[in-house]
Amino acid sequence: MTTLTLDTLAWTPLGHDHGHCHHQFQLRDASLHVAAEEFVGLIGPNGSGKTSLLRCAYRFSRPEHGEVRFDHHNVWKQSSRWCAQRIAVVLQEFPDAFGLTVEEVVAMGRTPHKGLFDGDTHEDRRLATQALQSVGLQGFEDHAFATLSGGEKQRVILARALTQQPQLLILDEPTNHLDPRYQLELLQLVRQLKIGTLASIHDLNLAAAFCDRLYVIDHGRIVASGTPRQVLTVELLREVFGVEALIDTHPLHDYPRITWITRP
Amino acid sequence: MINRRYAWLLLALGAVLLVSCVVSLGFGPARVPVDVVWRILLHKLFGFGEVNWSAGQEHIVWLIRVPRMLLGALVGAGLALIGAVLQAVTRNPLADPHLLGVTSGATLGAVIVVLHVGEIVGLLTLPIAAFIGALLSMLLVLGIANRQGRLDSDRLLLCGVAVSFVMMAIANLLLFMGDHRASSAVMFWMLGGLGLARWELLTVPALSVLLGLVLLLGMARPLNGLMAGEQTAVTLGLNARTVRLRVFVIASLMTGVLVSISGSIGFVGLMVPHIARRLIGAEHRRLLPVCVLLGSVFLVWVDVAARTLIAPEDLPIGVATAALGGLFFIGLMRRK
Repeated sequence: MTTLTLDTLAWTPLGHDHGHCHHQFQLRDASLHVAAEEFVGLIGPNGSGKTSLLRCAYRFSRPEHGEVRFDHHNVWKQSSRWCAQRIAVVLQEFPDAFGLTVEEVVAMGRTPHKGLFDGDTHEDRRLATQALQSVGLQGFEDHAFATLSGGEKQRVILARALTQQPQLLILDEPTNHLDPRYQLELLQLVRQLKIGTLASIHDLNLAAAFCDRLYVIDHGRIVASGTPRQVLTVELLREVFGVEALIDTHPLHDYPRITWITRP
Repeated sequence: MINRRYAWLLLALGAVLLVSCVVSLGFGPARVPVDVVWRILLHKLFGFGEVNWSAGQEHIVWLIRVPRMLLGALVGAGLALIGAVLQAVTRNPLADPHLLGVTSGATLGAVIVVLHVGEIVGLLTLPIAAFIGALLSMLLVLGIANRQGRLDSDRLLLCGVAVSFVMMAIANLLLFMGDHRASSAVMFWMLGGLGLARWELLTVPALSVLLGLVLLLGMARPLNGLMAGEQTAVTLGLNARTVRLRVFVIASLMTGVLVSISGSIGFVGLMVPHIARRLIGAEHRRLLPVCVLLGSVFLVWVDVAARTLIAPEDLPIGVATAALGGLFFIGLMRRK
């Protein structure tokens, strides 16, 4: 069973003094757990520390206190290569500086499984083709990555993550820049993978629809966790997000639906 | 599809390089007919044919033009290679070998030796001094950039530029206050030239370019990863700092070796990688060999221009690369 555990993390961005920073992006006592095959969502207002938390989870930022464990291994006692063989990440950072083709971007996913001087095997190419197929971009191999739309880029990056053959997937706001169709398709695809997933999601209705469990982060602290129905309450939305909303049940499915109350 | 295109491109560039190397030997201030050049080459390489040329012609072709052509090809290949990998690890399309501070370190070493020490170990004095200067400035840049255990690309470039300016300031001060005849010798070296080429001087640059190419090709995956960005690199299991450090050290040592013999030759390291990327894309296993071939062809021909344009004088090749290369690139940009 592969699990990810974040145990009472504390982390402060570099270059900010404890004294006069606005506690933005900071983490305090943040704990979180992702079980095998579980789709866990991370929600919270802007600047609440979502991205910081994810960065700690994929071994980019080193927490000042606390521990990140993958299968009982402290990730900081392992190499970044070890982590990359197990955890794949879909970021909002796109490699468009010098012009790679879609195939080359996807093939990069094999990097953690390769040593210096290793060439591509038949299996590597098969994995890349398969990944492109599963995100619906077969036939795009020779396209320049930079010429794709935002949504296509996002799907290529997901294909790269799949090529990595991870046991856990971390996604940083994967539905940004996507139109509704691809938002739904991407999250459906991820859920079908049946691997542990931790995703920060802006759209609370999407989070409610797709996540098994949710964590709510505010000012660097986890302030609530549980199933979407337990977490998404009128009170929480008011306190954490500062918005008024009605919450009922989706007419077709059994998850909560949020309706924003706007002033006339 | 792209693989077939790559194979053809490599084949074509290889052929162009081979032809360029031979044809370029026919150019120079002294007239040697092309067929004589051919026959001298065949005789020297394979032992074919009878000797029906003068000793002077053989001397010019075999002892002056051939090593010079080979040095040009090596320097062009090396600088293009270094430029390509530096641009990738710093994610800065304007990175080039001279921004590392290595070239100015080499210049300072050369200036000090020419003005104040003299040729203590003969012809090799200047290259050795330049190489020591290059090495010291590399260590200086690394030492400054590496504070607090971090080695990010902006810091590396800024340190390179800063060290470069300080080194050049000292070198220029020494030149300004020094003997003018010595200054012109240094000046010629600073503007770049392949006039120093001798057979016995080719081994070290040849080995360093070959070794550099092999090592960097082995690092093609990490280079691709780093080009995609710091965070992406980490999520692919790469240690960005280690990769960057290795590439920087390899690039600095290669630059040091090349610059110490040929002086500082601009443009090649900056622009050839861009042209190569337009031809084959940015994936490094394909890009690096293309850079090597393109850089060699380019510098072989620029050197032809350098030794014929104002013959019998040698035009500093750095001037020629900058002028021709710049114009060529502007043309390329306008056409696109």
